[in-house]
Amino acid sequence: MHGHAEVITHHDVHHDEHHVHHHKETFITKYIFSQDHKTIGKQFLITGIVWAIIGGLFSVLFRLQLGFPEQTFPILETFFGRWAKGGVIQPEFYYALVTIHGTVLVFFVLTAGLSGTFANLLIPLQIGARDMASPFLNMLSYWFFFIASVIMFSSLFVHTGPASGGWTSYPPLSALHQAGEGSKIGMDLWLVSMAMFIVSSLLGGLNYIVTILNMRTKGMTMTRMPLTMWAILFTAILGVLSFPVLLSGAILLLFDRNLGTSFYLSDIYVAGQILPNEGGSAILFQHLFWFLGHPEVYIILLPAMGMVSEILSVNSRKPIFGYMAMVGSLFAIAILAFLVWAHHMFVTGLNPFLGAFFVLLTLLIAVPSAIKVFNWITTLWRGNIRFTPATLFAIGFVSLFISGGLTGLFLGNSTIDIHLHDTKFVVAHFHIVMGVASMFGMHAGIYHWFPKMFGRYLNSTLGYIHFWVTMIGAYLIFWPMHYEGLAGVPRRYLDVRDIWHSFNKFDSLNKMITVVSIIVFAMQLMFVFNFFYSIFKGRKVRTQNPWSSNTLEWTTPINPGHGNWPGEIPEVHRWAYDYGKDGREFIPQTEPVGPNETTEH
Amino acid sequence: MRGEEKSRKQNNRINAFLLLAFLVLGLIGVYYCNERLGHKILQFGSSASNHGVDVDNMMYITLVITAIVFVITQVSLFWFAYKYQESDNRKAYYYPHNNKLEVIWTAIPAIVLTVMVGFGLYYWFRITGEAPKDAMVVEVTGSQFKWEFRYPGKDKVLGKKFFKSINEGANNPLGQLWEDPANHDDIYLPSGDPMHLVVNKPVKLVINAKDVIHDVGLSHFRLKMDAVPGTPTTMWFTPIKTTAQMKKENNDPDFVYEISCDQLCGQGHFKMRGTIIVESQEEFDLWMAKQKPKYYIAFPDREPGYKAPSDTVNKIAAVTQQPK
Repeated sequence: MHGHAEVITHHDVHHDEHHVHHHKETFITKYIFSQDHKTIGKQFLITGIVWAIIGGLFSVLFRLQLGFPEQTFPILETFFGRWAKGGVIQPEFYYALVTIHGTVLVFFVLTAGLSGTFANLLIPLQIGARDMASPFLNMLSYWFFFIASVIMFSSLFVHTGPASGGWTSYPPLSALHQAGEGSKIGMDLWLVSMAMFIVSSLLGGLNYIVTILNMRTKGMTMTRMPLTMWAILFTAILGVLSFPVLLSGAILLLFDRNLGTSFYLSDIYVAGQILPNEGGSAILFQHLFWFLGHPEVYIILLPAMGMVSEILSVNSRKPIFGYMAMVGSLFAIAILAFLVWAHHMFVTGLNPFLGAFFVLLTLLIAVPSAIKVFNWITTLWRGNIRFTPATLFAIGFVSLFISGGLTGLFLGNSTIDIHLHDTKFVVAHFHIVMGVASMFGMHAGIYHWFPKMFGRYLNSTLGYIHFWVTMIGAYLIFWPMHYEGLAGVPRRYLDVRDIWHSFNKFDSLNKMITVVSIIVFAMQLMFVFNFFYSIFKGRKVRTQNPWSSNTLEWTTPINPGHGNWPGEIPEVHRWAYDYGKDGREFIPQTEPVGPNETTEH
Repeated sequence: MRGEEKSRKQNNRINAFLLLAFLVLGLIGVYYCNERLGHKILQFGSSASNHGVDVDNMMYITLVITAIVFVITQVSLFWFAYKYQESDNRKAYYYPHNNKLEVIWTAIPAIVLTVMVGFGLYYWFRITGEAPKDAMVVEVTGSQFKWEFRYPGKDKVLGKKFFKSINEGANNPLGQLWEDPANHDDIYLPSGDPMHLVVNKPVKLVINAKDVIHDVGLSHFRLKMDAVPGTPTTMWFTPIKTTAQMKKENNDPDFVYEISCDQLCGQGHFKMRGTIIVESQEEFDLWMAKQKPKYYIAFPDREPGYKAPSDTVNKIAAVTQQPK
């Protein structure tokens, strides 16, 4: 740390000038090509929100088809033309919707929107730094995400439609133009967009790691960091090590599509045509994909876990229980995340002996996950809990993580996976544990740090309504869906009425799920309204530390400028979780340890 | 400011109560959901294949364990949230860590999971192990969006095939190599024809795909295996209930074993359906006796006992055999 003292002093001087407005910031440098980590965080968040609306809307559309396959919706034809001929969602359209819904929610919302927002916003604020290690790369990271977004968005408008081979886009389906509409130009755009997205992720991730490791303020040792920082650090490491593998997989797929190579192709007779490709392996792509794809699940989950830990501790006015165990379990999850990818491939003809190792390692992840759950629950125990909307979403996260985590014990066990693989059970499982849970973590983070982002509060009455409807809705949608999976109903079946005998018995359930999902979606729109309304009209924050929190971000001014602290960066003297110690409500990290203070933590 | 604080505290109490209500109603909901839907999950616990019984057993073990954990954790989560809601009379208890607790709740899950892994792998290796020697063999080929089947015939050997020999116009949809004599007695069933299996007789499926990845999903047998172009896969099982038996058990005269494609394969994925009939050995033999090898359909003149038809018929045959 001493090596950086000089640099920091230099920065201090520099930014003191900023704060008294000796220089001019134009609209463009302040709001568009900004290098301020806080602005970049907001850019990620708002772009993420736009994508969440699009992705959510798509899910409502395909739920309409699933819930009311016998009905026609002429309005859909008005909007979507031949894609909804006669007011009925056509199969190509349906598969495009699910593909883009998955891609967008997994990558653009829960990776960029979640990590991008909170890593950017919180890292410098919580470790005590003026900005990221490289503000310029940080800005590039956002703009690569923006380019990826533009490409993905434009793919929605090409004549043959966007990619429709599922968010996993397995070849040969995704490799062969002849295999379907969605395998034409839409697929190329999808791959290029993903490549841009990966560049964005890498630039961001490297920055997060370097900043956390090198730019902590004086006294901020690694074990004094809030758990949000640990979670983001492990997330970034996962991303940096696994995203390049997906990039290579995507590039090989682009080659197979356009340059006549045979990485994934062999022995193919498609649409009446014998292809010359020989010697490739379709399964290779799945290995490359899931080598990212599984860590990706944790890239989505870990930041949510970190924020939930922080928010539960602050609002139960108690230290997080088992700080070191929480760090250790994050570490264990991060390591194991790299060693379980083939549990997505138990039924590909994978060598059963190899499969056995993946069963073992997969179920092993349940141990650190269990530790985390028990620690969160113990954190609530004998607390004095304030139910802010953030707290409720954090509790909701834990509940969903338990429910979805436990169904993971079914799927991770290859014996059961043989039956449940690619059924609605899987859909229910990962939506609860990864999709909705992380979304809850993200909502918790937004409610909690909104005052820091915009100097105003979100409306909490709307927040409570938002929470309760979403919580009840999430369980109503996904809990009974497990039963469809147990009955063998495959995922990605848009109509089971006339064709299938065994699967055609969940009519009323599907209708119920669709109705609830529309309500839940409307509730998210209400949240978006609350969000934008509150930016401009929300109740103003009047105290520096509205949640009586220990961490450094609340020692900055209510509306911090670029550089975060007007004076020197504060020094840190203790860990982030001295709540309720020695009869005191809270002791900020900046307060030196008193002479009579108990030493135990 | 005072009014604000008051309404905040009121909100706190309301939300604490709602959390408790959610827990109670949620648990009732879980029970209700099972009452409504539990009977629809394909005779859980009495599946139609030997491996299905193993799968159901493993599922049952997992269900019991996860249900216990689910109730304990969810109840304590919501109960603590309710019980320790903010109150002026209480101060939060400073309780940063307790190593003994941490060790306990690391060790217990580890032991329970070891048990689950143990059972899981025991069943897994039973299911994925070598098929018994006397197993009958059926080849399944998936393509957009249909299933085709092939039986090896009397010699019990599937003839060789090569994708470049596929010629649907010339009665060779699978690319069978006719110069391989093992092909001469192979029975081909086009898409739409049900696969026939013998009850209590092990069957090994040899699974292929022509174009993209498909998946042979057999929900009633609790089995699934991908069909990958270029990489054949296999799966074996013993059906233990005939179709007639299932009709009776389910009180459903239309019951039929279905093959669903469980890997997204394109626009017709959701209607890529095949069917299976499980019957007694006698019924199977009777059915099999009526089947004619594809070889003789492709080359009628080579069938033993072939009688040269009259000129006109011959001409028609010659025309229809032209590759399209």
